[in-house]
Amino acid sequence: MALLSVDNVSKRFGGINALEAVSLTVEAGEIYGLIGPNGAGKTTLFNCMTGLYTVTSGAVRLEGAEVQDIPPHQIVKRGFARTFQNIRLFANMTALENVMVGRHARTRANVLGAVLRCRKTRAEETGIRDRAHELLRYVGLAGKGRTLASHLAYGDQRRLEIARALATEPKLLALDEPVAGMNPNERQQMGELFRKLREGGVTLLLIEHDVKLVMGLCDRVAVLDYGRKIAEGPAEAVRNDPAVIAAYLGGEA
Amino acid sequence: MNLVLESLRRRPRLVAILLAVLLAALPFLMGFGLGNAWLRVLDFVLLYVLLAIGLNIVVGYAGLLDLGYIAFYALGAYLYAWLASPHFGLHLPFWAVLPIGAAFAGLFGVLLGAPTLRLRGDYLAIVTLGFGEIIRIFMNNLNAPFNLTNGPQGMNLIDPVSVAGFSFGRPLHVFGLTLPPTYFYYYLFLAFTLLAIFVAWRLQDSRIGRAWGAIREDEVAAAAMGINTRNLKLLAFAMGASFGGLAGGLFAAFQGFISPESFTLWESILVLCMIVLGGMGNIPGVILGAILLTMIPEALRYLGDLQRAILGQVVVDPSDLRMLLFGVALVGMMLFRPAGLLPSRQRRREFAAEEGLAEQEQANLYDTRN
Repeated sequence: MALLSVDNVSKRFGGINALEAVSLTVEAGEIYGLIGPNGAGKTTLFNCMTGLYTVTSGAVRLEGAEVQDIPPHQIVKRGFARTFQNIRLFANMTALENVMVGRHARTRANVLGAVLRCRKTRAEETGIRDRAHELLRYVGLAGKGRTLASHLAYGDQRRLEIARALATEPKLLALDEPVAGMNPNERQQMGELFRKLREGGVTLLLIEHDVKLVMGLCDRVAVLDYGRKIAEGPAEAVRNDPAVIAAYLGGEA
Repeated sequence: MNLVLESLRRRPRLVAILLAVLLAALPFLMGFGLGNAWLRVLDFVLLYVLLAIGLNIVVGYAGLLDLGYIAFYALGAYLYAWLASPHFGLHLPFWAVLPIGAAFAGLFGVLLGAPTLRLRGDYLAIVTLGFGEIIRIFMNNLNAPFNLTNGPQGMNLIDPVSVAGFSFGRPLHVFGLTLPPTYFYYYLFLAFTLLAIFVAWRLQDSRIGRAWGAIREDEVAAAAMGINTRNLKLLAFAMGASFGGLAGGLFAAFQGFISPESFTLWESILVLCMIVLGGMGNIPGVILGAILLTMIPEALRYLGDLQRAILGQVVVDPSDLRMLLFGVALVGMMLFRPAGLLPSRQRRREFAAEEGLAEQEQANLYDTRN
């Protein structure tokens, strides 16, 4: 069974068809790329998959179970985490606190536990802190835990978003333009981080403009244009697809 | 001075003991030093600290701007009056009524919170403001067809708190001293206020507190981290409201009389001012704000005597001058310490960041001009 399957998903905003009957499947263990020109509907599709938008029609299935109608926080609990294109960190919290918030989905202390601070709660709190430190090290932010999220360098903010998403223990991690605005050196480092994530057992779904990175990294790629999927397949095949070339270069298909 | 502070910082236990002694002796110092009127002010300080701590959960922690908070104070007070006064002939003991009042107000917190879940900032403020007024107007008019609240006349003869047969309603004569009820209420209020501070402080550094902070910072990202934003916002409303309800019950027992006049919009704004002035989200700041905004207006009452002493007559009515100076003080505060007197770490950073940003923009502007 596919880890994620998107089945004929359409999304309309008033008279605009942002997505028209898009279908795709992501298998466990792969790095799946989603590319397309600006305004093609990539982020809209992400938002539909992660519960931020309700789909107009169609179904999104996570390990076979339909999730298109359940709220975002439950989708996270089912093991599907995401990052945002326009970085959405908790700007006035420290890097460590940001990652600690990510542990929310996997911990259970309630008001009573928090007030009484019994042994179980204290143990859980220590666990949250330790795991957060560990994740900061994992993404390469060791020693920056006490820095305010908004004071981190741009590339580090992107890393922090990934660490925060990883704190929710996702099986599938959706990254919305994770290397946008980075220099080639930083992009390469991020590429290495993605490979390391895959080796760690996380399936990646990647929106990206950097064709070179996508081609080098992704097992399979889907191309969106004007809300439709115009191509899907191994990176090399998609690259030479005339429809894709037409979409990017504006030629006749 | 710095040396004293530094040595105190190294001995937290000593500070705690000194503080405990001070808090225990405070009513006697106030009562014998400044008179019973000031002791009454002190009791109100504690009630306002309790209210401010409660509102701080909603506004400071979860970032939900609530302008109708005093409605929960009113609900707690009226519930106390219904269950412990001749109005319905019920006379339940305070230890039963207070928790019921807190729960009752908490329930209304959820009822108010539910329809406002999609609202933020200004819009939330307007709706909560409306809710506060609705409650007050209900209290003002529910004397017909069924007399629930006794309308604008208010409810009278509310039972004082009584512990093990000892009523707080009468003064106590002991060792040749006469201790008015304000003394007993001071200790009662102090106990509840300390409890509230403890709960708020524990919540702040917990999974729940972090989730509230995340909602305050970015609700969409919070949801994407697995936080059930709906439930946690309702929880913040309920917690804040139940603190308000508790304060309301204490207020009703203390005064023995309540009327809708005590629960105007001005009161909501005053409590919000305490938080903003003291430092939103930071418990010591909120306490300081509540103390200052309760004491300063009282202290400014002496301006009439001062004018008479210096000028021989009262030139400006002290009650006018009082509000004027109060306003000036608030404006000055916002100019010189916009994050509050004792800002929380988070708020301080926020304002510092904005300042940095403004400077940066200025610099950019300068660069382009040259």
